Amino acid sequence: MGGLTNERSIAQYHRMPPGSQPPSLYEPYRSTVRRSPTKPLIVLPHTLSEITGPLYGHEKIGETDNDLTRQHAGEPVGERIVVTGRVLDDNGRPVPNALIEVWQANATGRYRHHSDQHPAPLDLNFTGAGRTLTDENGSYRFVTIKPGAYPWFNHYNAWRPAHIHFSVFGRAFLTRLVTQMYFPGDPLFAFDPVFQSIPDEKARQRLISVFDLETTQPQWALGFRFDIVLRGRDATPFEA
Amino acid sequence: MDLVPTPSQTAGPYFHLGLTETRSVKCIADPQTKGERIWLTCRVIDGHGAPVNDAMIEIWQADAEGKYNHPDDAQDKAGETTVDPAWFGFGRMPTAEDGSCEFETIKPGRVPGSGKVLQAPHLNVAIFARGVLKQLYTRAYFGGDPANSEDPVIALVPPPRRQTLIAQPDALRPGHWSFDIHFQGEQETVFFDV
Repeated sequence: MGGLTNERSIAQYHRMPPGSQPPSLYEPYRSTVRRSPTKPLIVLPHTLSEITGPLYGHEKIGETDNDLTRQHAGEPVGERIVVTGRVLDDNGRPVPNALIEVWQANATGRYRHHSDQHPAPLDLNFTGAGRTLTDENGSYRFVTIKPGAYPWFNHYNAWRPAHIHFSVFGRAFLTRLVTQMYFPGDPLFAFDPVFQSIPDEKARQRLISVFDLETTQPQWALGFRFDIVLRGRDATPFEA
Repeated sequence: MDLVPTPSQTAGPYFHLGLTETRSVKCIADPQTKGERIWLTCRVIDGHGAPVNDAMIEIWQADAEGKYNHPDDAQDKAGETTVDPAWFGFGRMPTAEDGSCEFETIKPGRVPGSGKVLQAPHLNVAIFARGVLKQLYTRAYFGGDPANSEDPVIALVPPPRRQTLIAQPDALRPGHWSFDIHFQGEQETVFFDV
């Protein structure tokens, strides 16, 4: 494994620890039933195709891209919050220049999206989309409002716990991560099959942000910390 | 490894808001990009044969010389260590009502694989959707390319399933290719654990 025509070797990325990721099929989440492969995945040794990926170090981030409360003429209604954290690899090293994109419902639990027609009001001052890049320490920061819970049709009286969707580009196409950040103490966790699909309890808890008084701004906004860990790689190349 | 990677969660039905309404990338190649221009239509189909109209497809590919725009690709191609300056290599599109989306790009060159063998030209494909808890990875190779027979990744796949990785040329429209992604069923696409 790992030998290349130009005699270079490739340091393999770590595989995911068992239970840390959701399975493809999780029947309580009904949409997985018709959308999950039935045959085992084929394990690929990592080649240049897997260990490279789009890098966004030169991306231009607009002034209000990471402040979802300042994208319109007025302020959105809701509980103003600061969400901050670091993107690290699984060796504990910061991932700089990672592109983070977020999207979320407004304070009433309504997405500004044509498919979300449930009877909760839209907010003219809130789109619910943002993006930013991590700095040299892997740190990022968003200002937004706390999204509301919202109903869906998965099962009787189904409600998603409040969450912010995160999309992260690290250094490789294989480190690509799309996930959801939750808020501490949500009573809906026990009933949510998307959250419960992660087998390992400790891994699941890592999707819950932590209230942080240091991040909280006096007279202005509550602060939450959410650190993200992407796959890392072996220190030394695997020789062919 | 000291830390455990953050779990994946589904992109859900509303990803357009954050990822594709203003940030989709249909044209992977600029007019200045070197290489054979192609149009690739990807179509996503669920286990009942129904089109998946709320999926997102991301593509990552090498340039026409088989080089990725990335510092970890240190290949020296044609005496140049830099990639085609008109090349980034990333695309992403949401699927439409018929489950399809189209990319405009160039056919990539061959990149090195395991065991000192060159891989056949291919696009790296990731699929995100409601009901997909963690993105699925597959590859689109090009039907009729003689390099397919010596590709080390295709060789890992049981022969009856290999055709699910092969995009098909459109006989009537030169340069147009189609690539169907079946989550399940007789033609279930080969997905990779990368």
